[in-house]
Amino acid sequence: MSALIIVEHDNQTVRENIRAVVTCARQVADSVTALVIGDNCRAVADATAAIAGIDKVKLVQHAALAHGISENCAPIIAAESAGMTHVLMAAGAQAREWLPRAAALADMQMITDVIAVNAPDTFVRPLYAGNALATVQSSDSVKFMSIRPTAFAPIEGAGSASVEEISGGADSGQTTFIEARTSSSDHPELTTAKIVVSGGRGVGSAENFQLLETLANKLSAAVGASRAAVDAGYVPNDYQVGQTGKIVAPDLYIAIGISGAIQHIAGMKDSKCIVAINKDPDAPIFEIADYGLVADLFEALPQLQAALE
Amino acid sequence: MKILVTVKRVIDPYIKVRVRADQSAVETDGVKMAMNPFCENALEEALRWREAGIANEVVVLSVGNDSCVETLRTALAIGADRAIHVKAANTPQPLATAKIITAVAKREDPGVIWMGKQGIDGDYNQTGQMTAALLGWGQGLFLSSAKFADGVVTGESEVDSGIRVIQVKTPCVLTADLRLNEARYATLPNIMKAKKKPFETLTPEELSVDASDRLTTLIVNTPPPRAGGVRVADVAELVSKLREEAKVIA
Ligand SMILES: Cc1cc2nc3c(=O)[nH]c(=O)nc-3n(C[C@H](O)[C@H](O)[C@H](O)COP(=O)(O)OP(=O)(O)OC[C@H]3O[C@@H](n4cnc5c(N)ncnc54)[C@H](O)[C@@H]3O)c2cc1C
Ligand SMILES: Nc1ncnc2c1ncn2[C@@H]1O[C@H](COP(=O)(O)O)[C@@H](O)[C@H]1O
Repeated sequence: MSALIIVEHDNQTVRENIRAVVTCARQVADSVTALVIGDNCRAVADATAAIAGIDKVKLVQHAALAHGISENCAPIIAAESAGMTHVLMAAGAQAREWLPRAAALADMQMITDVIAVNAPDTFVRPLYAGNALATVQSSDSVKFMSIRPTAFAPIEGAGSASVEEISGGADSGQTTFIEARTSSSDHPELTTAKIVVSGGRGVGSAENFQLLETLANKLSAAVGASRAAVDAGYVPNDYQVGQTGKIVAPDLYIAIGISGAIQHIAGMKDSKCIVAINKDPDAPIFEIADYGLVADLFEALPQLQAALE
Repeated sequence: MKILVTVKRVIDPYIKVRVRADQSAVETDGVKMAMNPFCENALEEALRWREAGIANEVVVLSVGNDSCVETLRTALAIGADRAIHVKAANTPQPLATAKIITAVAKREDPGVIWMGKQGIDGDYNQTGQMTAALLGWGQGLFLSSAKFADGVVTGESEVDSGIRVIQVKTPCVLTADLRLNEARYATLPNIMKAKKKPFETLTPEELSVDASDRLTTLIVNTPPPRAGGVRVADVAELVSKLREEAKVIA
């Protein structure tokens, strides 16, 4: 069994979630090759080679691969999947752009959001916003799968894989990258933060979200939000937690002014400890909260801030 | 240009799903169904493009059993011009669905295929990307805005780090996020009118597509519920619980 893992990066640094992918890959295969696709990203390949559990790193560099345009990147994944038994990538926007396209090019049925491996061909994945878990067996010769980094303990330690640069990359001319609008934030990354402070429609405005930002600073936490808060323009889209946003599983998740719709709960219910602050004692979020505080957030947050000083 | 819109029939998003007693699947019998929310936004965008003169025809496509007819009728009542139902006993998996959509696209020759970014049933988020791959077309995914000019779509794609602005040449596949627009509803007179709109029924065999499954579902489970916690009286109690009991803050 040989696995190909696709490295997520920004041409400079490797996204931390790769360590969870390695853990999953080691459960299905005895040899693990990492594929780095990008431009001017030798440092990424070197950093990947220094992660435990990886036997070999393949590097493809080309100007047309700089921005991760799927039309240019997916054919490389499809070609490199030949001879592999598994192709794995951390679930997220990049995996959603690349893997289904690569899988279709290779005529394979991808498996989205794997949360457990029962056998090299049998996996558990959530359906319906995590309200059901399906155990599925794949008959494909190459299993393309995105895996939830929150479901696999990151592999620890260092490695010393070899790096092989392979030629490849071409511009299909179909899609052009124009610009990235990234919300600058000093907080840790939402999907890997130990503590997440999340706000919903109850927060009421973009200005009021500052209360959560301040609390997050105090706790070295990331800031998240419900879809309703994003829709209302309080915070950018990358803050969204849920079925159709990001999946998080921090040690502590503090839901503030969030009602607890199933689509939101889908994104945070695997958090170790959940706190809910809501003025409605019947809000569904209390059903899954370890600690529920019925209170007006505008009174509770300053008190919380003070108690943490 | 012609726009093809794919609409999937799913369990209503606000219904709490139940796993069947035999653990073979999620129960759909007697459960309220609806058009997949993301497909509503895809259809809405196509209709707006027609109203803006960018498109002259909006064709809706659904793949699945006979109950898809109702979803397609709804799409016609909302404003689509014509419907195609590809009849399959069980809803095919994304790769097979993409092959069916590809075969229909080759017959219909649309300039754009508008799809939902995700089906809220299987939560795959695959079919649009696979369709684009099979057609050899560009893809604009998870769009919260899309503007068409001179054969090129400029879209704002929602990615993990924020928004990525891209330009995709037509023909292409575009997938909608809920933030793309606010979908309209069908009105009663339009529901009546929709009954007269053209409706075609096909099968995967007629399209020469092998729609067989690659994934076999062995069992479907209900995840263990999270044990309910406690209510704290005030912020002071909350902080002490977090420090001393849960030990999640210093
Ligand atoms: C297809 C689909 C996908 C979706 N995907 C997602 C997703 O990924 N993530 C997501 O979050 N949602 C998602 N949703 C939306 C989801 O259904 C809910 O609409 C949304 O989560 C509600 O957000 P909310 O809890 O912030 O707002 P509301 O439901 O309006 O709740 C606001 C809460 O704030 C409380 N409140 C108000 N004022 C105060 C105050 N002063 N102090 C304390 N509490 C206060 C209220 O009591 C209320 O409980 C999706 C929906 C659909 C249909
Ligand atoms: N059976 C189907 N019939 C029509 N459209 C579909 C079907 N399956 C998937 N789609 C389209 O593909 C999108 C993504 O679905 P999925 O890949 O299942 O998450 C949906 O929002 C639909 O627009």
